[in-house]
Amino acid sequence: MNAFRTCPTTGLSIHRDADKLIKAHAVAATVSLLIGGIAAFLVLLTRWQAIHLLDAVWFYRILTVHGMSMLIFFIIFFEMAVLLFAGPILLNSRVPAPKVAWGGFGLMVAGAVLVEWTMWTGKADVLFTSYVPLKATPNFYLGVILFAVGALVTVGIFFASLVVAKREKTYEGSVPLVTFGAITAGIIAVITLLHGAAIYIPTWLWSMGMMNVDPQIYRLVWWGLGHSSQQINVAAMVSIWYLLATLTVGGVVLNQKISRTAFVLYILFISMASAHHLLVDPGMGAAWKVWNTSYFMYMAVLASMIHGFTVPAGIELGMRLRGYSQGVFGWLRKAPWGDPGFSSMIFSIVVFGFVGGITGVTFGTEQINIIAHNSLRIPGHFHATVVSGTAMAFMGLTYYVIPLIFRKRIAFFKLARIQPYLFAIGMLIFSLSMTFAGSFGVPRRHWDISFSGAPFDVQYSPAVDIVMAVMAIGGLMGILGGAIYILVTVWSVFFGKPLPAGEEEKYADSIPQGLITKPWTQIPDTDRDPETPWKIGPVPGTAVLVAVFFLAFVTYYFANWALLSFVWKVG
Amino acid sequence: MYDNGIEPALGVWWKPAHRAEKVWIAIAFAWCMVLFAMMPLWHLKGGQNPTGIRHRVEPADFEARTNEFIEEYRVGEEAGLPIVEPPPGAEVYLVGKMWQWTPILRLQEGATYRLHMSSLDVNHGFNLYPFNINFQVIPGYDYALDVTPTEAGEFRIICNEFCGIGHHVMVGRVEVVPATEGAARAGGAE
Ligand code: HEM
Ligand SMILES: [Cu+2]
Ligand SMILES: [Cu+2]
Repeated sequence: MNAFRTCPTTGLSIHRDADKLIKAHAVAATVSLLIGGIAAFLVLLTRWQAIHLLDAVWFYRILTVHGMSMLIFFIIFFEMAVLLFAGPILLNSRVPAPKVAWGGFGLMVAGAVLVEWTMWTGKADVLFTSYVPLKATPNFYLGVILFAVGALVTVGIFFASLVVAKREKTYEGSVPLVTFGAITAGIIAVITLLHGAAIYIPTWLWSMGMMNVDPQIYRLVWWGLGHSSQQINVAAMVSIWYLLATLTVGGVVLNQKISRTAFVLYILFISMASAHHLLVDPGMGAAWKVWNTSYFMYMAVLASMIHGFTVPAGIELGMRLRGYSQGVFGWLRKAPWGDPGFSSMIFSIVVFGFVGGITGVTFGTEQINIIAHNSLRIPGHFHATVVSGTAMAFMGLTYYVIPLIFRKRIAFFKLARIQPYLFAIGMLIFSLSMTFAGSFGVPRRHWDISFSGAPFDVQYSPAVDIVMAVMAIGGLMGILGGAIYILVTVWSVFFGKPLPAGEEEKYADSIPQGLITKPWTQIPDTDRDPETPWKIGPVPGTAVLVAVFFLAFVTYYFANWALLSFVWKVG
Repeated sequence: MYDNGIEPALGVWWKPAHRAEKVWIAIAFAWCMVLFAMMPLWHLKGGQNPTGIRHRVEPADFEARTNEFIEEYRVGEEAGLPIVEPPPGAEVYLVGKMWQWTPILRLQEGATYRLHMSSLDVNHGFNLYPFNINFQVIPGYDYALDVTPTEAGEFRIICNEFCGIGHHVMVGRVEVVPATEGAARAGGAE
């Protein structure tokens, strides 16, 4: 049997090992998402005080399960699939040492199973941060180590595949931008996983009584892992934006130099962001906090703001080049909103930028962190970044991966079309309500904000009850969206109808539009930018959008300084 | 011909950017400098900064110091916890341990105290209700901040770092008395 097959849709030659590995990682990611999603449901209905589903023990236990299954297992399994796609597949190459790659996958699965086991049996009620000296059973830390080593192996395979592709000349010129983004994600993953080893190995030994771990140093190094891994997510997500922009609407790259430089900024400054979590810690001084929390004067933020412009600009220009050039926003009106890949991408960009990005930079400001740390504002922030941003982008990508890699049509395609709307709007309501409740001081990771049994009473403003109920409704909507995603993808992959080669046109009712119209093949061979109204460059719509974004950013940022100035004087 | 994201970039791609792109990068860069400048500026001019005096401390030593502090300024008891009323300017000690904040503090509006916080066991979180002021309380570290209550009233300290199964009942109390009343008390005591 030939080790390659040719993708009938894109013409890429697809290595069968890459094929199988991607499938395996995607399945593991989906199983993790399912476990994390069930946990989300239970935790959500407990935080909604009107229902208060779980008892305290199970609340913290299931919250640990939710954090680990979602943030670590789901996200990283999926990212490994993305790397295997961006390397071997996009470069028309092969997976070097497939046996080693399977070994890495096996380690990840073994680690994840071990961690799940310790959590569900109540031996690791420490939440996913496992701050020392809260102690879990040694196997919990061991499981994380196995998982991380497995991931490191897969990242190594990805880098090896780049070398092989280069040596075997499977492509000309420079790697595609999407692969370049994936390389930055891979490099950050190595940095992250080394931090992981630096903290989990000592902690594992500590849990067996073999050494001491300082609680502050634990937080410092742990967040070197915890926050840098969020930067893997950002780099992977932005790569997927570029990928989906091309596949769904023929998005172009305005300028390779700018986009690639922005990715490099991520690598250079990312590991400093551990500081975001230590701004109101005793262990570090002001200069250290200011310097590190700003990632060297906000150069990683600059990178994100650049991508936040170039991705929509590439979409707009690509559409204008294909003739959708009416007015300022004609391209947006004519966009394929019923294509779940497209709608997911847009939601991912908008919610990540407007909610996740703005709140993140604001709360990560040294002093403003005083009025944000450990309140619900924090999960409000990161459900807008890693959930509405990264997970949403992953979901959108899946609708393309199923026909392209699995060669299956999408089951329940009508449901799939509305899935991004449900998930994105639900999570938006959820994140905003959490952020809002947090600004009243409502703590995160808290079983009972009626404080029954506490020595002193605490009464939040009645507004908090309403906000928490709205949060629950948004969360349930998001969970429904997540459930539909799992139903659609699992059904398509295991029971779906095959997609015969070259017959995409026949199946407009069950595969995303981009695979039928192949918009990336319709970009005219010209260097001339299309005429636009207002004469403010080739992408006036994007210019308006980023102006709105900028105003929102400035307003929110200074509003928080104002809020801060009202509290007690400290310092 | 424009490149897309999924095909290799051919030839020399280090080309000048569009003007729109350059303008946005310039704006974004300027904004990043503003974001950066705000933090040192607030250290100089602002009233709320999280970086106080800090050093390592053995939990047992911190507990001993707190007990001395309690003995010195104790004025009563509530819910089994001592109420402590230190004079303005005093060094104030607050201990977090599973699952209690000790002692209850009675402070004066407008007066400044040096508040030392630490934990005797695991991480705890200091959250001042209803003002939403938050600090991390870590065993082995003495986190000291100069605090000035700006308003009289009843306050709570809610633990907002997960610290085990009693986390949600870990609520402490701070009372801030109006400046005039405080002065009268201080006068009466003399
Ligand atoms: C499907 C919809 C989801 C809902 C309704 C949901 C809901 C929640 C809730 C209620 C909390 C508890 C907040 C607290 O008490 O502090 C939480 C925490 C968290 N969630 Fe989600 N979540 C969802 C999806 C996700 C996804 C996809 C991820 C990651 C990719 C994620 C990552 C996290 C993390 C890391 C925490 C923090 C856990 C901790 O504080 O230890 N969530 N989520
Ligand atoms: Cu506590
Ligand atoms: Cu606590």
